[in-house]
Amino acid sequence: MNIFDIIGPVMIGPSSSHTAGAVRLGRVVNKLIDDRKLKKVEITLSGSFAQTYRGHGTDRALLAGIMGYKSYSPEIRDAHKIAAERGIEYTFIKENIKGAHPNTARIHYFLEDGSEGVMQGASVGGGNILVKQINGMDVEFSGDNNTILVMHEDKPGVIASVTNMMHWEHEDLNISKFHLSRQEKGGEAIMTIEIDNKPPETLVDEIRGIDHVLNAILIKRV
Amino acid sequence: MIKYESISDLVTAANARNIKLSQLALEDQAESLGITELELYEKMEINFSVMKQSVQEGMKKDIKSTSGLTGGEGYIMNEYAGKNDGGLCGEGLSKAIARALSVAGCNASMGRIVAAPTAGSCGILPGALVSLYEDRGFDEKDIVMSMFTAGAIGMVVANRASIAGAEGGCQAECGSAAAMTAAALVELMGGTPDQCADACAMAIANQMGLACDPVAGLVEIPCIKRNVSGLMIAFSCADMALAGIKAHIPADECLDAMKEVGDVMSTTLKETAAGGLATTPTGIKLKEMVFSDK
Repeated sequence: MNIFDIIGPVMIGPSSSHTAGAVRLGRVVNKLIDDRKLKKVEITLSGSFAQTYRGHGTDRALLAGIMGYKSYSPEIRDAHKIAAERGIEYTFIKENIKGAHPNTARIHYFLEDGSEGVMQGASVGGGNILVKQINGMDVEFSGDNNTILVMHEDKPGVIASVTNMMHWEHEDLNISKFHLSRQEKGGEAIMTIEIDNKPPETLVDEIRGIDHVLNAILIKRV
Repeated sequence: MIKYESISDLVTAANARNIKLSQLALEDQAESLGITELELYEKMEINFSVMKQSVQEGMKKDIKSTSGLTGGEGYIMNEYAGKNDGGLCGEGLSKAIARALSVAGCNASMGRIVAAPTAGSCGILPGALVSLYEDRGFDEKDIVMSMFTAGAIGMVVANRASIAGAEGGCQAECGSAAAMTAAALVELMGGTPDQCADACAMAIANQMGLACDPVAGLVEIPCIKRNVSGLMIAFSCADMALAGIKAHIPADECLDAMKEVGDVMSTTLKETAAGGLATTPTGIKLKEMVFSDK
């Protein structure tokens, strides 16, 4: 904790968990989409998010985050209008996601190029978030650190290849957190790797070049 | 490095070097964040300028919260403060009340604020500091420095008790903000670190047990007006300390008591909107009004 955790953050109100945290959840999706063009989002709100989203502006906050705005951007207030101007379709669905944290959102995004993806995460208080699922697979990261998601085939040696490469090519790179899950034995798996350092520009492409790796995405601090 | 686990330790450290609490925190935080004292000061200066903007934004006549339940309180109070010598509280305090209402209203309308320590309690510190700056001619540099004192106190509160309504009720949000603000005010008025701690202790003691019971779960009713009670407690406790009145229970012990009270408080009174004002007949009616799909 530092002094700006107390006198700060600068944020758009009214709620650190229901507004600022929601923007950050949206920003994770923004990073997943990267430069590609967004066509449509279906946002499922669960628990307290479903109950109080309108009064807290949670809907606008999620939408603003998806479009790349930050938790202190005044544009959050006009997120619906901005999305319409950008030609982004959006719908909000109220549904209780079983077993999920009370402030959970699931964002299903559809891109112009026909691809799609789903992210599920929770706003866990004080503007902090926890991303719980990506494309149906369990992940766990807070967005406070630079995070690399590696989608790969569930085969022996893939984790070793990725982490060895990271160390050989970038000696100072330090992993602070590691999480792995898979859909089924031998199926698709996902590694969540949080690092202390600024990620080297070449890192993601280097990981993509490793055998049995399907894709790698860098999610910078949100 | 300072651990921020005890207000008495902060006071002892400041007294040993004959410096203010703000200087102690500035030096320590600059070192721990790996930036210069000037860079750190400038970051805090930005936060003060955001506070001034929130006051202006929230004082507009036609401002409305997203739910439509609240809005315009800052404007109304400011108009009142300019008439009849400012009413019972006098112009100075009435204007400070108007500013606290404005910042809390700015927050409720999705405007930009500085959480201090939280969004729900964001009106208390700026209500006091912007008033001293705009009405009493205090130097901006001293005011920005006093925010380090407020921040240092807040870190101890967070470590020793809580600054989250969901954990400790409103005493943890508006109570913490009042204690932080009281300490900042004492320092600005030339008080000693010991007097800062006394003001802090009295402010915590005066909000002990306050429930967090927001109507419809929104940061509006009663949150906006509780920023005013926090502000008044900050001013009165700072003045008592400056007058030489001592706190009978030391600040750290007040914080331990606040933690204990927060722990035994029913969860219905900790930001769940399941008790207190939230479940009064009118509270329920307002909730239904906001959440009807019209």
